[in-house]
Amino acid sequence: MKNLKQTNRRNFIKKTTLATTGIISTTLPVRSFANVLDNKKLKLALVGCGGRGSGAVVNALSADDQVELVSMADVFQDKLDSSLKAITDHFDGRKKIKVKEKNKFIGFNSYKKAIDEADVVILTTPPGFRPYHFEYAIKQNKHVFMEKPLATDPVGIRKVLDMAKIAKEKKLSVVVGLQRHYEKKYTTLHNMITQGNIGKITSGQVYWNDGGVWVNQRQVGQSELEYQMRNWYYFNWICGDHILEQHIHNIDVANWFIGSYPKSAQGMGGRQTRTGKEYGEIFDHHYVEFNYNSGAVISSQCRHQKGCDSRIDEVFQGTKGSVELGKGVITDLRGKELYRYPSVLGQEANPYQVEHDEFFKSIRSNDIISDAENGAKSTLSAIMGRMATYSGKTVTWDEVLNSDHQIMPESVDWDTTPPSLPDENGFYSIPKPGVTKFST
Amino acid sequence: MFAQEENYQLKLPGTNHSLDMVFIKGGVFTMGSPSHEKGHQQDESPQKVIEVESFWMASTELTWNLYQHFIDRDIDNINLEKKDEELMSLDIDAISGATTPYVDMSFGMGTEDFPAIGMTQKAAVQFTKWLSAMTGNFYRLPTEAEWEYACRAGTQTAYSHGDSPLDLDQYAWFKDNSQGKYQKVGQLKPNSWGLYDMHGNVAEWTLDQYEPGVYKKLNRIRWNRPSKTYPKSVRGGSWMDDGIHLRAAARMGSNPEWKKRDPQLPKSEWWHTDAPFVGFRIIKPHKTPKKKQQEIFWTTK
Repeated sequence: MKNLKQTNRRNFIKKTTLATTGIISTTLPVRSFANVLDNKKLKLALVGCGGRGSGAVVNALSADDQVELVSMADVFQDKLDSSLKAITDHFDGRKKIKVKEKNKFIGFNSYKKAIDEADVVILTTPPGFRPYHFEYAIKQNKHVFMEKPLATDPVGIRKVLDMAKIAKEKKLSVVVGLQRHYEKKYTTLHNMITQGNIGKITSGQVYWNDGGVWVNQRQVGQSELEYQMRNWYYFNWICGDHILEQHIHNIDVANWFIGSYPKSAQGMGGRQTRTGKEYGEIFDHHYVEFNYNSGAVISSQCRHQKGCDSRIDEVFQGTKGSVELGKGVITDLRGKELYRYPSVLGQEANPYQVEHDEFFKSIRSNDIISDAENGAKSTLSAIMGRMATYSGKTVTWDEVLNSDHQIMPESVDWDTTPPSLPDENGFYSIPKPGVTKFST
Repeated sequence: MFAQEENYQLKLPGTNHSLDMVFIKGGVFTMGSPSHEKGHQQDESPQKVIEVESFWMASTELTWNLYQHFIDRDIDNINLEKKDEELMSLDIDAISGATTPYVDMSFGMGTEDFPAIGMTQKAAVQFTKWLSAMTGNFYRLPTEAEWEYACRAGTQTAYSHGDSPLDLDQYAWFKDNSQGKYQKVGQLKPNSWGLYDMHGNVAEWTLDQYEPGVYKKLNRIRWNRPSKTYPKSVRGGSWMDDGIHLRAAARMGSNPEWKKRDPQLPKSEWWHTDAPFVGFRIIKPHKTPKKKQQEIFWTTK
């Protein structure tokens, strides 16, 4: 708990009265006072020093002058070192980047120590770890920016949902890296669709089809756990498959525009072209129908296959017209264009920066952002889709929300045996529709 | 074939894709523009007389059809017909490859016969090295001087068809006629040397560092070899530009903002998330440089 000077308290009351009507400031929990000091230096921790985490630190430091990176955590020393170098190089002297040696933490439990040092934390490890890191950060009263997805299994999701509630009660700001929510084209079109410009959404198609992502080959001398951690995209306990890791963006947009979460999912998927052992256990394509209470059906497809058409997009049809988010176009039932978002390719605001601008503004003004619940439910939607394509069965929201299905171990250290292990030839067991069970 | 100073067709082995290579006879031309040219910018002067050696230039901008094979690296292992002994030792596995981008780099504008865009200059240069290894012939990007020489096709006017922007839509895709996106290559009229879309459609990478005052030094150097990543020189203007930026003499420098929305750090060496207007075309010099020289053309900062 930080001390509060009288002048700052007055300032706080003035600010919150302006920012949040209807809340009597004196009834706020005392803890929230600590967050509204106008010029208070905010200490930042990075947990998960990959490319996205390093990029998020740059966004955070660019969002607010009074933010200082104080601590970093990663499982691997080389990741932490290269991250710090990339951040330092990026600012090239324009900002002093100095993380004390004693605040560089290595190992599976390093996140706790890094979080302890900070006011604000960035959680950007692979998603399997997120629920545990988020839980600790909220228990320690930290504001959180975290990347999607928020878990890889339903048990993790329930943890995130519990903590999301507590974060709200504690007045902690939580921003999730579903950055379309911070992109002007999307927010503009969302407003128009909410106002009924295409009537009621009855169907839609969402896509993440492209050639796939990086792969890191097994190195001599690596333990199985280290190999999986370094090649994490292809292992479900850490990654959750690409329907979750990337396609969540598009599924989330469907939920957002429809205004609810799917009640059930059924679909198909498999692994046809990306079959090498270095691709672990995930599918290279999924196709899912998400059914909503309103009767709306969303067709969701994601594909990681080279040489095929690429498309990353969301399209919705309503009772009065349709909207294509990629193009930013609304058309009526005759196909006549009614609206085109005036974007100039290459000149839009950077949503990865906007989400941090809003995040730090919310911390400063105590007008908190609470993205975690939606982030968790959109993550759960994608997990539901994965369970549907793996099992070949219809999976309902209630089943998946209440499922004890757990692929992420409660805690991980270097003695942990990974949940998926290779056979004698180095291949992993691949889910088989009709055979693989989704335990509820 | 290459001694004959004739056009030829480059076939990408293992695919049905080809590129028409137009022979451009070397010569002397005046680079830059006079101050009275409408739209003239300071960086286009002083005008300088420059000598250019003969080369072949692709008649069109490079399309996704070909570039995708460089991203996917799916045809590297087919049997290659090596023609040039200088290149026998070029190991295709040692040529670094572009990473798969995290977003659809065509931005939904189409891929079949559309120009590839958004690659960094390093990526474009590595493509030429990869193509050289694939075909056994030496390819590279044009220098600014070579590019402008080919664009002008013997003219001294603002555009190769004349000074009037009114005729531009017969030759070029630009802001007024592009409908907010790039267009398939080679659909409009070529210049008198048979090169399509030199003006407009996508702006094209050259080998040079962009330096506004470089023409003052041009007698001594014909290639302003880069010493740093930014800015590099891009020519021809694009589907996003006003006609005036498509002039043969118009120059533009790349900048870090072209990676603004790349969420990773370090940002990708291979992709410009915010430059959907930049592509390239390849050339093959008439005289193949020595092995050591070749590497210089393929090395980027």
